[in-house]
Amino acid sequence: MGPLAVNEIISENTNLFLAFLIGIAFGFVLEQSGFSSSRKLAGIFYGYDGVVLKVFFTAAITAMLGLLFFSLFGWIDLDLVYVNPTYLTSAIIGGVIMGVGFIMGGYCPGTSFCGASIGKIDALVFIGGLFIGVMIFGLGYKLWEGVYMAAFKGFPKISESLGLSDGLFGLLLIIAALGMFWAAEWAEKRFPREEY
Amino acid sequence: MSETKEIKKTKYLNPYIGGVLLGLVLLAANFVAGRGLGASGAIKSTIVGAATVIAPEASEKSAFISEFRESHQGNPMKTWLVFEMLGVIVGGFLSGAIAGRLKLKVEHSPKITSRKRLMLALGGGILFGFGSQLGRGCTSGSALSGMAVLSLGGFITMMAIFGTAFAMAYFFRKNWI
Repeated sequence: MGPLAVNEIISENTNLFLAFLIGIAFGFVLEQSGFSSSRKLAGIFYGYDGVVLKVFFTAAITAMLGLLFFSLFGWIDLDLVYVNPTYLTSAIIGGVIMGVGFIMGGYCPGTSFCGASIGKIDALVFIGGLFIGVMIFGLGYKLWEGVYMAAFKGFPKISESLGLSDGLFGLLLIIAALGMFWAAEWAEKRFPREEY
Repeated sequence: MSETKEIKKTKYLNPYIGGVLLGLVLLAANFVAGRGLGASGAIKSTIVGAATVIAPEASEKSAFISEFRESHQGNPMKTWLVFEMLGVIVGGFLSGAIAGRLKLKVEHSPKITSRKRLMLALGGGILFGFGSQLGRGCTSGSALSGMAVLSLGGFITMMAIFGTAFAMAYFFRKNWI
């Protein structure tokens, strides 16, 4: 049955319309969770607010389990679901650059749109920066093409790379997340901040 | 201190409930479109779209744009992520309106000026924009959506983003605490 668009159960235009609705839900949940505030987002890095970690890992696990169960029930063909490719070098270097951008700017791309939508001017300026950054990458593409394309490993799953079944890896991820949630709750009590 | 009271009185959703809801949205995206959520891809589409209109000849020669064209046929603005991100703006606005959080302001620590906050936001944005292209997606497209489909690259990018931000947090502490 799923994915609906890939199996041509819905038309391309219906798919785009659903993208818009899914986006509304995405933006709504981000804002309701407090992802429109950079000082709340940055809280995880100083211990005073663990909302990023809690929402992020709960979401990743919910979607991962959902996909595994949907596949088990025959509702979705996981072979037709896009798995991000692994280019080892650029995944690490790109991630490191994004990490610096995160602690400096206080937003990531999705949350900056969310912040800007409720009137955060710093989020709007961050979006301006995003456009400049993407343009710099595009204009100087030849300079970093080598790094961008290096160490291509195909489309491996982390479970395969570790020699585990998807289910067992999922279970270990849940246990790891519970440990991190406990640490985040502890840090919020240990490093409370009243004035943010 | 006025900002203090504002955040204190503002009521956010329980983060674990928020996480489950966000996970269901991500699951819906995969079920409908066979792909996860994203954000930086919509910016790339907009830039490719604008470049094609403003400088059609130069864009044809650009390897960055031709690589995008290979995987996205037709109008670069008529892509899944562009429609999704338009939705994010609407959804964020609706949520803010319901919660009474709509307000034009520069949010920053009392220890720094608005001007400094905006300079850092600009610099952070430039780095994040560049990094999202190199890393083939940002926190949404590469890290979150990649993790849901157990992509090795997604987990690596997630660890690189959060690990670096934790490692650099000390140097930027005056801007936040």
